[in-house]
Parts: sequence; C-alpha cells; structure tokens
Amino acid sequence: MIAERTINVTSAWLQDRLGWRTLKEVASHKTVPVHSSTHWYYFGGISLFLFTIQIITGVLLLLYYRPTVAEAFDSVRFIMTKVEFGWLIRSIHSWSANLLIFMVFVHMFSVIFTHAYRPPRELTWGSGIALLGVMMAFGFSGYLLPWNTISYFATKVGADVAASTPFIGEGLGRFLRGGDDVAGATLTRFFAFHVAVLPAAAIGLLMGHLLLVQKNGMSTPPWISMEKVRQMRFFPNFFLRELMVWYLALGVLGSLAAIFPWELGEKADPFAPAPAGIRPEWYFLAPFYTLKLIPSHVLFMEGELLGIFGFGLLAALLVTLPAWGVRKDGSAKTRMVNGAAILLASYLVVFSILGYVK
Amino acid sequence: MRTIRWLPLLASIALLPAKDSCVECHSNLDGNLQRPAALFKGDVHAVSHLSCAGCHGGDANSDDPTVAMSPAKGFRGKVARTGIPKLCASCHSDPNYMRKYRPQQRVDQYQLYLTSVHGKRLEKGDARVATCIDCHSVHDIRAVKDAAAPVHPLKLPATCGHCHADAARMASYKIPTTQLEEYRGSVHWEALTKRGDLSAPNCASCHGNHGAKPPNVESVAAVCGSCHVLHEKFFAQSVHNAAFPSGQGGGCMVCHSNHGIHKPSTAMLAGKDAVCSQCHEADSNGGKMAVQAARRLDGLANALQVSEQQLALADKFGMDIAEAQLRLIEGKESLIKARLALHSFEEQEVGKPVDAGLLIAKETKAAADAALHEKDVRRIGLAASVLFIAVSILALWFLIRRIETNGSATLTRRTIL
Amino acid sequence: MAEADPHTHTCPDCPNRTGETSERRSFVSWLLSGGVAASLGSFFFPVIRFLNPPHVTEAAVNEIAAGKASQIKPNSGRIVKFGNKPALLVRATETEWRAFSAVCTHLNCTVQYQESSSQIWCACHNGVYDLNGRVVSGPPPKPLEEYAVKLRGDEVVISKRA
Repeated sequence: MIAERTINVTSAWLQDRLGWRTLKEVASHKTVPVHSSTHWYYFGGISLFLFTIQIITGVLLLLYYRPTVAEAFDSVRFIMTKVEFGWLIRSIHSWSANLLIFMVFVHMFSVIFTHAYRPPRELTWGSGIALLGVMMAFGFSGYLLPWNTISYFATKVGADVAASTPFIGEGLGRFLRGGDDVAGATLTRFFAFHVAVLPAAAIGLLMGHLLLVQKNGMSTPPWISMEKVRQMRFFPNFFLRELMVWYLALGVLGSLAAIFPWELGEKADPFAPAPAGIRPEWYFLAPFYTLKLIPSHVLFMEGELLGIFGFGLLAALLVTLPAWGVRKDGSAKTRMVNGAAILLASYLVVFSILGYVK
Repeated sequence: MRTIRWLPLLASIALLPAKDSCVECHSNLDGNLQRPAALFKGDVHAVSHLSCAGCHGGDANSDDPTVAMSPAKGFRGKVARTGIPKLCASCHSDPNYMRKYRPQQRVDQYQLYLTSVHGKRLEKGDARVATCIDCHSVHDIRAVKDAAAPVHPLKLPATCGHCHADAARMASYKIPTTQLEEYRGSVHWEALTKRGDLSAPNCASCHGNHGAKPPNVESVAAVCGSCHVLHEKFFAQSVHNAAFPSGQGGGCMVCHSNHGIHKPSTAMLAGKDAVCSQCHEADSNGGKMAVQAARRLDGLANALQVSEQQLALADKFGMDIAEAQLRLIEGKESLIKARLALHSFEEQEVGKPVDAGLLIAKETKAAADAALHEKDVRRIGLAASVLFIAVSILALWFLIRRIETNGSATLTRRTIL
Repeated sequence: MAEADPHTHTCPDCPNRTGETSERRSFVSWLLSGGVAASLGSFFFPVIRFLNPPHVTEAAVNEIAAGKASQIKPNSGRIVKFGNKPALLVRATETEWRAFSAVCTHLNCTVQYQESSSQIWCACHNGVYDLNGRVVSGPPPKPLEEYAVKLRGDEVVISKRA
C-alpha cells in the first residue's frame, strides 16, 4: 500500500516537472508494421544494443589503458592478465566491435532492399551512412590502440592509403599520423579520436537517426499496401521481441569472447621488418584487396588514385541513393536499386574473401 | 709560385702548426708524388703535428726543394722495405719519446715483430713479408679504433687476407690460402659482423698482431681458453687433454677446426658426420657415450622448445605466465651449461645440468598447460551465463505468448490511431 | 507490462481455465524475473570485479620493489623479477646500491654477484662485469644495462633509467 502510494506521488511529482506522460502517450502509439520482412527491423536495434555494449566495455577499458608507445601494449596485457575479468571485457569489446560493424552492414542492406530510404526518410538514410563511416573509423582507430605488431603495420598501410588521396592526401596522412610516420603521436591521436571525437559524433548522429525514425515511423516496403498492413504495438509487443534478440546477441557475444578470446599478439617493434600477411580488419579487406589488384598505372592515372576515386564515387552514390534511386512521385526505382545493391554486396563479399585468402 | 711563397707566411701568421714545405709542394704535384701529401691529412701522425721529415728526413722548413731534400739535411727518400720496422721503432720503441704523445701505448711492437714469422724472414732479407706499413698502411696511418683503419677489427681479416689469401703470393711459402674464406664462414666472423661484437676474435686475437705466428700446438687450448674459460677448464681435466696435444693439432681444433669454426651441434656427436666417430668405434664406450650425450642434449633442447612454444601460445591469449617465462630462462641456461659440461667428456657432468633443465622444461610446460587449461575453464562461467540468458529468452517468449493469447499481437492501423 | 494488454485479464469463453492461466502467469513472471536477475548478475559480476583494482597496480614495469634493505647484507646480491626478465640488485657496501639487468649480453644467461671478487659473474661462459656493468673479461660483447636504485624508507626500489 505504502509502496503504491510512493510510486503514485513520485510519478505525479515527475509529471509536473517533466511531463513524461506525454512521452508515454507517444510511446503507446508507436507501432511497427507486421509483414514478411518485419524481421529486418531488428538489425537497427541490435546495432544500437552492441553500440551500448561498446560504450560500457570501452569505459571499463579506459580505467586501465594507457595511450603511450611505452605502455599501451603492456597496459592491455595488464588488463588481460592482472585485472579480474579483464580478458573478458577486452574480448567482448573486440568481438562486439566486429559484430557491430557487421550488423550495421546488414541493417544498411536491409534498408536498401526494403527501399526504406524513400522520402521522407532521406535524412535517416544519410545519418545512417554517416554512422557507418563513424563505426569504421572507430574500428580503424581502435585497432591500433593495443600497439601490437599486426595492428601497427596494418595502420601503417591504412594511413599510406589515406595519404595517397589526391590533393588532400599529404595533409590527410600527416593529420592521421600526427607526423610523417606511424609513431607515438599517432597513438595519442587515435586514442583521442577513439574515446572522444568519434563517440561524440556517433552519439549526436545516433540521436538524430533515432529521432528521425520516431518522427517518420517505420517504413513499409513498397510491395506491401500501407492501408492493409497490420500493425504491432511497439510497447510491449515489439519491444519484448527486441529484448529477446538483444539477449540472444549478448549470449552469442559472450560465447565468442570466452571461447575465442581475442589475441594480444606481440608488442609492435617499429624497427622490425613488416611481418608477412599484414592485412587490415575484415571490413577493410575489400578496398584493401581492390587497391592491391589495380595495376600501378591505368591509362593516364596512377592505379591507387583510381581506386581511391572509385571508393569516393561509391561513397557518393551511397549517400545520394535517395536522389538517384527514387522517381519523381516518390516511389523507388526498385529494379535499378536492387541490381546495384546486389552488385555492391557481391563485390564486398567476393573481394573480402579474396583479400582474406590471398 | 707567388701563392706558394705567400702561404707559409700566412700560415705562420695564423700561428698554425709549424710549416711543412713537403706537403705544400707535393700537394701541387701530380699522381704518385701528390698522393702521399693528400693521404697524410688523415694520418694519426699529422694529427699529432708530426711531419714527413720525421720518417723521410730532410728539412720541412726550406721552400727550396734542393735544400729541403738534400742528403746533407738527412733526406732519405723512399725507405727500403727491410728498413721500415727499424725506422718506425726508432720512435715507437722509445718510451721516453712515446710518452709525449701516447703515454699509455705499448712500446714493444718492434720486439714482438722480431719474434714473428714476418720479422724473422725480413731479417733474413725476404722483403716480401709484411712490415709495419703493409698492415697499418702508409701515409694515412690511423688508430686501431678508427673504423677506416685497415687494422680495425672489422677490416683486419681482409688486411691479413690481402696477402694470405693470395695463392700466387703464398706459393713459395707453401702455406694454405683458405684461412680468410674459412674464417668468413665461422661463428666468430658472424659475431663480429652480424652481431657487431667488436670483441669477437679476428686473426690477431689468436695469432697475435705484431708477433704474428701460428699458436703453438700445445697452446691452442690456452688461446681458445682466453675467452672460452670454462670450456678450457673442463677440457683440461678431461681424458682428451692428455690424448691430443701429442701432434694432432691441439685439443679444440680436433673437433672445432681452426679458422672455419661453425656453430656446434649434436650432429658433431652422433650421426654420420660425427667428429667423435672419427676416432671412436660406434660400439666402443666413447662411441656409445657420444650418442648418449647427443640424445640427452637434443632431448633437453626439444623439451625446452616445446615449453617455449606452449608458453608463447598461452601468452598470445593473454594468460599470465611471466613466472614460467622467467623460469624458462634458467632452463635455457641449463642447456648452455650442459653443452659446456660436455667438454669434460664425463657422462655425469653432462647429466647434471641436463636433468636440472629437463625438470624446468617439465615445470614450465605444466605452467603453460595450466594457463591454457585456465583459458578453457573460463567457458564454464560462460555456460552459467548462457543458461541464464536462455532462461530469460524463454521467459520473454512465454510473456509474449501470454499477452498475445487472443490474437491481439497485430492490429489494423485504425484500431491504434 | 501485463497491464498494457487488457485482453489477458479475462478469458470470457473459458471461465474454467482462469485458474490455470493465473498459475501459468505466475510461473512466467517467476521465470522472467529469475532469469533476468540471474543474467544481470552474471553480467555485472565481472564488471564489478573488473573495477576492483588488482594488487599489482602498475601495467608497464618501470619500477619494482626489490625487498627490504635491512634484509640485504653489504657485499651481497640478489636476483629479482623485473617484468618478465631478471634483474640483479647488489648492495656493494653499507650505502652503495647497484642494479642491473641480470641478462648476460653474451648468450642471455642470468648473471650473479660474486662476493669473493665483488664482481658480477656469468656462470655460462665465465663472463665478468664490474660494478658499473662494464665487461671485465670473458665473452660478453656489451655492458649490462644499469638500473637506478632508490631507497624509500627500508624498501629498495629499482627503476629503469629514462
């Protein structure tokens, strides 16, 4: 009785100051369309959940990590050997990072194939692509932080690629590396990007992305009639399902982290020759292999330059999808977009595998 | 000519070291006559303000060539090869003179030279042997620690080899010319050039420098033992010490050769290329012991390698194995000590460090296995967590089923809005 | 959350099953609260343990406590663990302390202090170093790396030189 009264009083007090019943009201009206492609709606939620895990484990790792050349590797080793459950937290952070990027890719392709980028969701799409970029930047910067041999040399290669961008390359390379070569200055920089700049950018973009989703509601694929489609309440029906999926993701993540603990490797030695088989994280494999494949000169251009132009064009096409993939009446050019997306997906898959094998 | 007249004046005004008309004139000549003057700038004697006249005689103060190079002024011209050691010794064997420049430098080089094969032959009138200038060069003589000096540790082998690897030159002396090539395949050359260890032995370390001569057969062990102290100690007490000095080339050389000393391995003990089998029959005590020693050394080396690999694996997974790694260093030390003890040719001496090492290998392997096991045990904690997750998922599923029992899961748009 | 859906409150067509439903309902809430509580426990347990600082507080080993000064006699040495390499601490006299990497520069054996000669000695190939780490005799090509020694009260602290 007393408990119930306390809740009521608190609730009323908060209502007077926050007006949160309005929120509750809005939430109770939020619905999710139910149709044959409803399961694709979960991937955004999974990405959000994994991102939350990244923030939690990332903050935990920050307690012990030291971003200097002398101490970075040893502090990660310290986390893994001396700190209780440090191996688990670090392993989860690494695995979750990879799963997150994978889920973001799945989310992106599901949006393409269900043509959810159509008006009025252009900004949702654009912020999503920006988030994908931020997540990849997270991956690139975080990869260097343990300062082990493989990450050191992979970062060297990655920074060299960035430095060969036309016009801005030299400046960009210096900006990324904090000098002319990957060294202590790079580590400090990447650390700053990884724990300050990128999180701020990601959270800002994410807020916008989520607000836009609330504003415009869930999109229904063009082949399903907006009028006839049945809806599911977000609270509690869809939300409970999401919880199930998140729990499942957590189980998979924990299992991966415990059964396949993320390796520490060997401390980077900048003066050692680059070991054989240097390759970047899997999500950079396709562009990495493409650059390797392009001959050094194509017609009048340098091969690498051509590759970078290609990726720039690809990024531009992705961002502008709502412009070129939509007719004047607002309907999607489904065939063309599907074709392009299949092409892109198969390119990514095939080149990633080739990049991994070779 | 005007400039030549003026230069000495300018030099004396500038209070530079005493003028040297030899260098001044010869610098303006061509070819062979100019070269000594050019080279002399880097010479250790020039740095100490000694002049050409010190060796060649004459008057370096006179600008008139006929006066400067007149026999009346003691001009000697080119010094005969047979006279070179004596000439150098006139200063270098004089302690009172040398004290002024290099008080710590030895003054017995000439004495030593007279005892060397080079010196003895030179005394007999053979001018083809090495004199001071053949090793130290002439006109650009540099200190031993100067990396450009031909007697610098890194350059000395090639300097000796300049004559000793020249088959035509050595033909009349009837001595082999393969030493340099052999040496360049040796562990000592590797230590010198690849590890940059300038204290690693070069030719002079064993043969002496000024008193260069092959070490006596009896003294080979002592020569090697000047660095390999403990090996010599073990060997001196072994049965082989008594067996070898009698004319077979000295103890160490029998197994390790001389110039081309390679990294020793157990293949020297057992197998078809074993050095032991050259004297010991396979079924003799010595033959059996050699095979046994090889087996034990290999056994320890393998055991240590296995431990190291396991530890590296555990390390890769971030397991805490620092203690075991430290212990493994001791194990490796045991192997070094066992190899050392082999020079006693006593089974027991070899056995002690091998057993100690094997124990360490076993311990560290166990530590590595325990660490790897610990990695697997972590999965048990995971299993509990996964169970809870599964229960939660199941409960959520039941909850969804319950609140949707009457088909209220989906609604038409209108009912909601 | 059950209150959000009014349809589950009753089952008008089958009043006789009401008891069964509420039984199932209590089972589901029991299962759910138990499962969620246990799983949250299994997530937060590692996190709480992670927050607990370990006994060894330094990640990179630049400094170690090598023991109590009162327990080390003058003219004696001891091997201490410095990271994952051995270090040699020498108390030369009452007031004079020295510390070196105990890894011989020849073949990585562990060196020791020889009280009879007041030198550092490697048992593998008889390498001898003086108390400045310089090679006196034997095969070592390079001097031993020297560490700094400080006293904090009675505690001897060895640290790497910057």
